[in-house]
Amino acid sequence: MVKDKELQVSAIENGTVIDHIPDNQLFKVIHVLGLQNIDNLITFGRGYKSSRDGKKGIIKIENKFLDDADVNKLALVAPSAKINIIKDFEVIEKKCVQVPDSIVGIVKCVNPMCITNQEHVTTKFAVVDKENLSLKCHYCEKITDNENIRIVE
Amino acid sequence: MNNNSLVSIFDYSKEEVIEVLKLASEFEKNPNQDLLNGKVVASLFFEPSTRTRLSFETAIQRLGGRIIGFSDASSSSVKKGETLKDTIKMVDNYADLIVMRHPIEGSARYASEVANIPVINAGDGANQHPTQTMLDLYTIYQTQGTLENLDITLVGDLKYGRTVHSLIMALSRFNPTFHFVAPKELEMPAGYKVYLEEKGIAYTEHLEMEEVIDNTDILYMTRVQRERFAEPLEYEKVKDVYVLCNSMLDNTKDNLRILHPLPRVNEISVDVDENPKAYYFQQALNGVYARQAIICKSLNLKK
Repeated sequence: MVKDKELQVSAIENGTVIDHIPDNQLFKVIHVLGLQNIDNLITFGRGYKSSRDGKKGIIKIENKFLDDADVNKLALVAPSAKINIIKDFEVIEKKCVQVPDSIVGIVKCVNPMCITNQEHVTTKFAVVDKENLSLKCHYCEKITDNENIRIVE
Repeated sequence: MNNNSLVSIFDYSKEEVIEVLKLASEFEKNPNQDLLNGKVVASLFFEPSTRTRLSFETAIQRLGGRIIGFSDASSSSVKKGETLKDTIKMVDNYADLIVMRHPIEGSARYASEVANIPVINAGDGANQHPTQTMLDLYTIYQTQGTLENLDITLVGDLKYGRTVHSLIMALSRFNPTFHFVAPKELEMPAGYKVYLEEKGIAYTEHLEMEEVIDNTDILYMTRVQRERFAEPLEYEKVKDVYVLCNSMLDNTKDNLRILHPLPRVNEISVDVDENPKAYYFQQALNGVYARQAIICKSLNLKK
């Protein structure tokens, strides 16, 4: 009998499972949510075959629930991810990640001549294209597009 | 944050634009009025701009206002490393209104959020220059009697021209037809063309002015700069194509007016100056009236 070679990721009792992370974004998600800095029990994996196309990553975090800021950050790097909220080993809620209409303080403006890159001004963007993730700076009015999105700490 | 600030042309609704234009025409008839009696206006020019600054200061002086400020960052505490926020917060205590030009984009928007008094953007880097747009609109309104349904030709540096971009965005609310005349290297950027298409606004593109000027209402000239060309030879090929000469105006409409944000170098030849359709110097004078109107609106000064 051939043992199933798939790595079994243990279920969690209470917490959050982020599923359907694009394979190549897994570590970006960990970084953006600051998961390397928290003490909670975290299990993650990548390279799973996805019921949709390609491969996916999964992150399970014990005893942590994502707030709105976290969901917005997630929307920037993995807009198609799914959030499962777990209580007593049961999935009590499933949430789709939604790209918000505006983003405050998370993304750096791509324009070096923007006031936000010259003085201590919190960035603020209007999301002008949710599908292709195009952000218009509230201050300098320039567009920071998908490939130029850099997350600030 | 003060909602009477003017940072970007879209801070004004279409109705507000018309309100300010009507106010400007009243100031044109009567520019010397004591509406700013007892008011102090801070003129903060973090980078030099003699033309805009003198225009604003004339506008303020003719309304009886007093001015404080500086014309160059090197003569201010910015040189000591003071942040923009601190400079604005200090001036907020002294003045009733701020007029500000700054090389950093977004600086005026930030200043309008930091200050309790209104901020008028006199130019923030390569971003906005809304008072220029308003004086351009006023000039068009004054000479054509309306802003609606006009045929507008823009010539020269349409890629980097801040005034051109702002003008087409502002006019887009008034059902215009645009003609863009520029060398390939300096053509109107795709983003603006897409914007016009989405709004259903007609535009055509040309390499030469002669194709369109006989049927146009407004000819807006801008300078084609050598520095904007990657290849000096490319500049040499086109530098005379975008020069307006008096002979080119023989078959133009009577109501045609020629505008230029100035300073003019060689793109309008001197023989055009005597043509009654040349309007660029009056356009600069209109800057005073437009700015008087904007200042009064910012301070809610009714007559």
